[in-house]
Amino acid sequence: MRGFMRGARVLGVGWILQLKILAVSAFDGILNIIYPLFFATTALLMFRQSGDPQALVYAGLGAAVMGTWSAMATSASGALQGQRWQGTLELLVTAPTRVALAVLPITAALATVALYSLVATLIWGRVLFGIEVHIASPLAFAVALLVTLASLATFGFLLSVTVVRYRTGWALGNLLEYPGWLLCGFLVPLDLFPEWVRVIARALPPTWGMDAIRAAAAGLDPWFDIAVCAGLGVGYAALGAFLSERLIDSARRHATLALT
Amino acid sequence: MSILEAHDLRRTFTTTTGVLRRNRKQVEAVRGVSFAIEPGELFGLLGPNGAGKTTTIKMLITLLLPTAGSANILGLDVVRDAREVRRHIGYVFGGDRGLYERLSAQDNLRYFAELYAVPARDQRARIGELLELVGLTGREKERVEGFSRGMRQRLHIARGLLHDPALLFLDEPSIGIDPVGARELRATIAGLRSAGKTILLTTHYMFEADELCDRIAVLSQGELVAEGTPAQLKARVTAGSVVEVETFSGVGPADVRGKVDAVGALPGVRSVVVDDRPDGETVVVQVEPGVDVTAAVLGTLSGIRVGRVVTREPTLEDAYVQLVSS
Repeated sequence: MRGFMRGARVLGVGWILQLKILAVSAFDGILNIIYPLFFATTALLMFRQSGDPQALVYAGLGAAVMGTWSAMATSASGALQGQRWQGTLELLVTAPTRVALAVLPITAALATVALYSLVATLIWGRVLFGIEVHIASPLAFAVALLVTLASLATFGFLLSVTVVRYRTGWALGNLLEYPGWLLCGFLVPLDLFPEWVRVIARALPPTWGMDAIRAAAAGLDPWFDIAVCAGLGVGYAALGAFLSERLIDSARRHATLALT
Repeated sequence: MSILEAHDLRRTFTTTTGVLRRNRKQVEAVRGVSFAIEPGELFGLLGPNGAGKTTTIKMLITLLLPTAGSANILGLDVVRDAREVRRHIGYVFGGDRGLYERLSAQDNLRYFAELYAVPARDQRARIGELLELVGLTGREKERVEGFSRGMRQRLHIARGLLHDPALLFLDEPSIGIDPVGARELRATIAGLRSAGKTILLTTHYMFEADELCDRIAVLSQGELVAEGTPAQLKARVTAGSVVEVETFSGVGPADVRGKVDAVGALPGVRSVVVDDRPDGETVVVQVEPGVDVTAAVLGTLSGIRVGRVVTREPTLEDAYVQLVSS
């Protein structure tokens, strides 16, 4: 129980302070405002050509979650690389706390910032494109959003622990950004893809999260999708925690942590 | 019982060259280093760049696995019991890195207090004590990005002491700090030593090692070439003298360096080193007792414009230079 409380404190304090780090930079703040809106605008301009209001609602919701994926995929691995550059990564590793408890708050803070991108994109779609998203089950919709963000945080955590071992592991996040837009069904229904692509897509938590968000908005039952999304999120967290210790041992053996 | 014992520590790195055809090369950074540190001791680890100091420290603080040999801290093995070792050590390195720039000094300490398992009820008092110790009281709410290098270094020390470690590693803490800041830092380190803290210090500054360290080990090319008190190390060269010759070679330092071997071959000369100055060079010649080589050295340097010539007693720096250049 004492260990659990201590772990919870490390996660909580880490999350608050990492959020503080992200919040104080005006430059980062402006990028966080512009970046998701730019891609959402591009997507919505394309979907508007169809003249189908339902397609625009579909894209409006998808574009909102798309921004969170981009924020997590690229930023999570980049965040650990930033820690490497500023010399704090080795201090996290030499602390007696498990490195997973130090890294998870970083990606959780990024997911919190991503929540902004989601809300801002929905408002942007409403104001600029007149997309009215009627949410039939507000509670289920809110739960689906939060579970999707939490699972994105754990997915980002898994990506970011690779940076501890591999100096150029941050590139993995960049690599996944655009394929993720398609694989998670943000803008294009997964039914249009071959079966093998759908298998990969189903292994990604946001795919289920996206389905849950759409189902909750449409008044359908989202709970199975929410449960699978949460389960995958927990699975990625467990895998990240398991790998983090092994990757650190490997980093100690291969000297990929800072040596200066 | 010693706080730290290192036995025949070795570390080899594999480097690769080429893109398509990769050639692997093994580099032995540390080659069989053994030493021990007693409780309350301030132990200095000296050596030129690339001597293996930082690699040795990284193995001791559990960031690197040794290729061979072993080390233990308070009887805990640095490989097998890494997590437990981390509870008992503090690690501070020099330079601008290692702090969260966008957080205040207090938030930095608060974060690391959590990571280093300082009990929540003790954190506030402990952080206050340490800010006082390193002279940052009143500045704790300011963001670190506005701190001078000296202030950052003192904050680093406070961070390293948060969990009251049994052994503190200070890896070149005074690097790049102005003389006043460095003096304050030395006073802080001396204060820690007086308070009974066991410290392993690496530094390039001989006067710093001479002033602070109880014992010193000198590393050169990955091997420990000498160990003893500063007085014992100085004694290795005090039975002799040092001749310093200022030169202005005009066509470049290569001219003077071309004559180093000839000066080194003179009877009674132990070692020769050329130090660069903005307007020329200083040739530092270590000489056997009872031998006057001044005329012979000047004769060997004929053709090069010579300035001041000084004969003086050897210092710890001379001992160090002789050890790492022999």
